[in-house]
Amino acid sequence: MTDTTAIGNGLRRPMPSSDVGAEHELTRRTFIQLLGTGLVITVTQTGALAQRRERGAQRADTTLLARLYLNHDGTIAALSGKVEEGQGARAQLSQAAAEELRVPVDQVCLIMADTDQVPDDGITAGSRTTPQNVPPMRQAAATARELLTRFAADRWQVEASSLEVRDGTITHAATGRQLTYADLAKSKEVADAFQQPVDADIALTAVSGWRVLGSPVLRPNAIDLVTGAHRFPSDIVRPQMLYGRVLRPPAYGAKLESIDLSAARSMPGVVVVQEDDLVGFAAPALFQASAALEAAARTATWTTSDARQPSHQTIHAHLKERAQTGRGRADVRGSIEQGLAAAATTLRETYTLAYIQHVPMEPRAAVAEWTDDKLTVWAGCDGPFRARSDLARLFGIPAERVRVIIPDMGGGFGGKHSPDAALEAARMAKAAGRPVCVRWTRAEEFTWAYFRPAAVIECAGGLDAAGALIAWDFTNINAGGAALDTPYDVPHVRVSSVGSDSPLSQGAYRCLAATGNNFARESFMDELAAAAGVDPLDFRLAHLTNQRIRSVLEQAATQFGWSARRRSVTPELGVGLACGTEKGSVVAACVEVAVDRERGEIRVNEVCEAFECGPIQNPANLTSQVQGCIVMGMGGALWEEVQFENGQMLNPSFAAYRVPRFRDIPRIDVQLVNNTEIPSAGGGETPIIAIAPAIGNAVFAATGIRLRSMPMPGGALKQT
Amino acid sequence: MDVAVTLRVNGVARSVTTDPDRPLLDVLREEFQLTGTKHGCGEGRCGACTVLLDGHPTLSCVTAVSAAHDKTITTIEGLAEGETLHPVQEAFLEAGAMQCGYCTPGMILSAVALLREKPAPTDDEIVTAMNGHICRCNGYVKILSAIRLAAGGGEGEARLGGRGSCRAVIRTSNIEH
Repeated sequence: MTDTTAIGNGLRRPMPSSDVGAEHELTRRTFIQLLGTGLVITVTQTGALAQRRERGAQRADTTLLARLYLNHDGTIAALSGKVEEGQGARAQLSQAAAEELRVPVDQVCLIMADTDQVPDDGITAGSRTTPQNVPPMRQAAATARELLTRFAADRWQVEASSLEVRDGTITHAATGRQLTYADLAKSKEVADAFQQPVDADIALTAVSGWRVLGSPVLRPNAIDLVTGAHRFPSDIVRPQMLYGRVLRPPAYGAKLESIDLSAARSMPGVVVVQEDDLVGFAAPALFQASAALEAAARTATWTTSDARQPSHQTIHAHLKERAQTGRGRADVRGSIEQGLAAAATTLRETYTLAYIQHVPMEPRAAVAEWTDDKLTVWAGCDGPFRARSDLARLFGIPAERVRVIIPDMGGGFGGKHSPDAALEAARMAKAAGRPVCVRWTRAEEFTWAYFRPAAVIECAGGLDAAGALIAWDFTNINAGGAALDTPYDVPHVRVSSVGSDSPLSQGAYRCLAATGNNFARESFMDELAAAAGVDPLDFRLAHLTNQRIRSVLEQAATQFGWSARRRSVTPELGVGLACGTEKGSVVAACVEVAVDRERGEIRVNEVCEAFECGPIQNPANLTSQVQGCIVMGMGGALWEEVQFENGQMLNPSFAAYRVPRFRDIPRIDVQLVNNTEIPSAGGGETPIIAIAPAIGNAVFAATGIRLRSMPMPGGALKQT
Repeated sequence: MDVAVTLRVNGVARSVTTDPDRPLLDVLREEFQLTGTKHGCGEGRCGACTVLLDGHPTLSCVTAVSAAHDKTITTIEGLAEGETLHPVQEAFLEAGAMQCGYCTPGMILSAVALLREKPAPTDDEIVTAMNGHICRCNGYVKILSAIRLAAGGGEGEARLGGRGSCRAVIRTSNIEH
């Protein structure tokens, strides 16, 4: 069997890989017609692909062909297992390939997250694309450039070092001879040579020589987003496709006792699927499927647990009571007991976090189609290969018979690691014998997706007689250990993260536990500064030798005009600051808030945030990420809270769950620091961690009232 | 009981026989394959499903298809004239005003309606017109810039890309040579 690579020519817009499924209907004739002269490298690939799949991600000897295809028209296809969900990986990975190939970024067409086409690059999470996936893409592109240059040198019988590569053209200056990548791509020798492994030790272009990386690049398929042409996972349509709805329990832990499906079954066009724990309804129109679901749901009886479940009001007591204290190991420097005993002043405070939802604009969605025992699923989730394994395991079929495609999707923020809708769609499609689309409703997303964990964070700190911080004791219950340790210089430290018993399903979030840990740490640092009678900026700098954090903190403070504005704080107008580090990057923010004591409302007037994540690869996208983190961070700081009682969500709608809106946006000043001395780190998450504590600190500066929970209860500020 | 509904969508006369209460959103997406209009909440509170109904921004997820009978509808697919984008679409590209892009069609349509009514809106007028639209990537700042830009104020963002020249890479495993 042969794999063929080809590229369209003369068509203006990039086609998302979501449309790739169209190939199933293509005959060879229509294929050639469709592609015209674009058919280029034809190689036997199946063996290499199968081999690569077995060995999994990050394999050192990934072949060049697994990463790059050259086409006759001069365009280049680059392949990545990463997912685009608004964080900017598509532009960045395209830049990475273009930079090392010495071509304009528009010449690279990036194919992402299609398990039949791309290497397994792991799940898209943890700001890892920049440090872990950009380098292999660059290595592949650099290997290809060297290889192509060598071919040209051999053809001309000259030294490879005498050749220059620019815009995909190799030039021998002395003789004026030129060859393009497209010319070379026609040779069988080049095609064969692409079977060689990527050279992981190849020299990459130094930051000072970057032409494409480091430039502002818009998302390559942006035009499809403004015209509506892009097909998100929930927009995929297949021939004969049905729309499916799934019966959900009325509360967590409820078990289906009985249901009468006859009414649903008698509805025209409706297919009812009942299989183990899945009761689903599929129909040619979503409206019909929903009607069938509602008719059946009315007849359902459920067994619910008698035991009272925790609510959003009792959750923190519950987590504290069930804390697995003593399990796991604390990270200790010095002796916390000695440090606290020696302190002249000791503070102890507890901070809390609510569960929050990610609320991506596109709820979970998937389309599944079975053809000749092969399953193809288009889904909105972060791990295409993980989804493929889950599907293969569920149906007891080899992974090679499952293809998962993740079209660029509508947001995730850590909330789409699980392929729930993909599994549901595949089960229903198998039972219905037709493709099925399952798209979660907003209420389903608010109820059955997982949440950012709630937490209790306990802090104790000790100051000596001179006001220096000498003891730091910090425990996070339930939310995890990201950014757990303090970046400040303290002689006696104990930090620990302990699990508990979460009544709600919980998982990743944008910067996950770092947000809560930094909120508690930076709020508590502010409390200690106040206890020491020192300006919060001076107090931090006095305990901070980390030069990177100092640098962003000083930049944010200077840009914001901290010292002067700190002096002019009034009971209605406060300023606050916070800083932090996580995932290899550093951040600091200064904010101004207006406090309405009559209404008990906090309004963020201004945010100045400085951020540094090494050499900036795409300043336009990084600015968007920092702006996005600032505004999203305001939601968790001020309003967002999942309310629940006895296993039921009380606010599963936009009417009841408050997210930031246009009216909430403050003046935002983003200061990007370009640090070219270190490798680039990801920038889509860490900018969120400084916002909540800076807001809380500003509220304290204005009112003297310390708000120790996320979200911060504005009502606590109310004065009548 | 199904009814016959006629609509003029993006300049084309369309008809559909369906339940009168079926959301306009579903009819556009499922019957006419106009999937540029998005489902975001189903409760009319996020703006992702916005279309222009006789020129007015309308939440298609809470609009019964029968309420659109004999009316003119513009969806995101109907905004460009051939290959020429609408100035608001251009402005969104110029400002780089999209991250995941799921809210983008609704944002653009509301901005188009706003600028038709008020060609030079103040920031406050823009915020008022757009406040019903949620962006969770929280690209509000650049969306605001894009609308100012479309209104003739402000500057875009110097940047590359966004209008890739290659259409597709199709790899097949079922073609014999």
